[in-house]
Amino acid sequence: MTGINMRSLAVLMIAGGLALLAMLLLASLAEAQSDPNRFNRLMKPAAERNAPPPEDGIHDADSPGTHLLQTPREAFDALPDSKSGNYVQWNAAMDEGLIEPRNSLTMVSTPPIVLDLNIVREVKGSMPDVVYPHKQHTQWLDCSNCHPAIFIPQKGANQISMASILLGEKCGVCHGKVAFPVSECRRCHSRPKEQTAAN
Amino acid sequence: MALALLAVLFAAIYFEAARAEYGDVVINEFSDEAGMRPVVFPHWFHRVRFRCKVCHGDLGFKFEAGGNGINMLKIIDGEYCGACHDGDVAWSIENCDLCHSGIPNTPTQVHHSTVQKLVATPEPAAEAASEGEQ
Repeated sequence: MTGINMRSLAVLMIAGGLALLAMLLLASLAEAQSDPNRFNRLMKPAAERNAPPPEDGIHDADSPGTHLLQTPREAFDALPDSKSGNYVQWNAAMDEGLIEPRNSLTMVSTPPIVLDLNIVREVKGSMPDVVYPHKQHTQWLDCSNCHPAIFIPQKGANQISMASILLGEKCGVCHGKVAFPVSECRRCHSRPKEQTAAN
Repeated sequence: MALALLAVLFAAIYFEAARAEYGDVVINEFSDEAGMRPVVFPHWFHRVRFRCKVCHGDLGFKFEAGGNGINMLKIIDGEYCGACHDGDVAWSIENCDLCHSGIPNTPTQVHHSTVQKLVATPEPAAEAASEGEQ
């Protein structure tokens, strides 16, 4: 009788000890989160990316519908990673056939009209010149999505600045909202300037 | 007991700030007034299945959150969301909660956008006050 009691007591103590340890660990984690001098204070930890809808701060967890929605993590699991945005390389995902987004509402899949034409924009500052690939854009979009409302289809006719992009105009209509954000400088500013004597 | 405490602690860390998916659009043009939760449109879910041009070209969605004047009448007539959300291609309109799933009073926005980070979104109360002044 006493043997059983002793054993259950020991099990209880071990369980209690474990719970206490876990709580201490979590408490220190919470403290680390609120520590103003925490390393990478503003960087979103990988564990917080692609949160499930009830925990994302936009969806109402009190709504029954919220709990039926798909979790981005589950959908993105098989897709190639990127460093920002949805943390998904959408173009690579499509090129590798991991996703097959339809080109029309109907089940009949008509291939998109892809234009393979790079436009080089020489930029004023010290940044490398911009290479704009029509190919990746026309895989997703129609010509009329951008031309002529956002970009006049004529060389030299479009004034583009980083300020206007940051405010959601020109490239910023998509980049910084749904396409990769402007923090990925080198993905657009990709052609090194030619070295001149002055340099 | 310990588990409950852990859950509370996790929740405290978790709900520090909204961190919904990049490109999630909250549409709250008419919802709050109508006593419904605002709509949350997940771009990521849709772009896995459709290219941008299907909605932004064929269906006529403008590239502007709240700029399309979508209401339930247009949807049941097969415009905008209603082109697919008809119970055939995607869930039909009687599943109110699946789209109207946002936290009440969340203003219309493209969540996590660069513009949202640079330009402060007006609080609904402040916006209403400034409208009153005009």
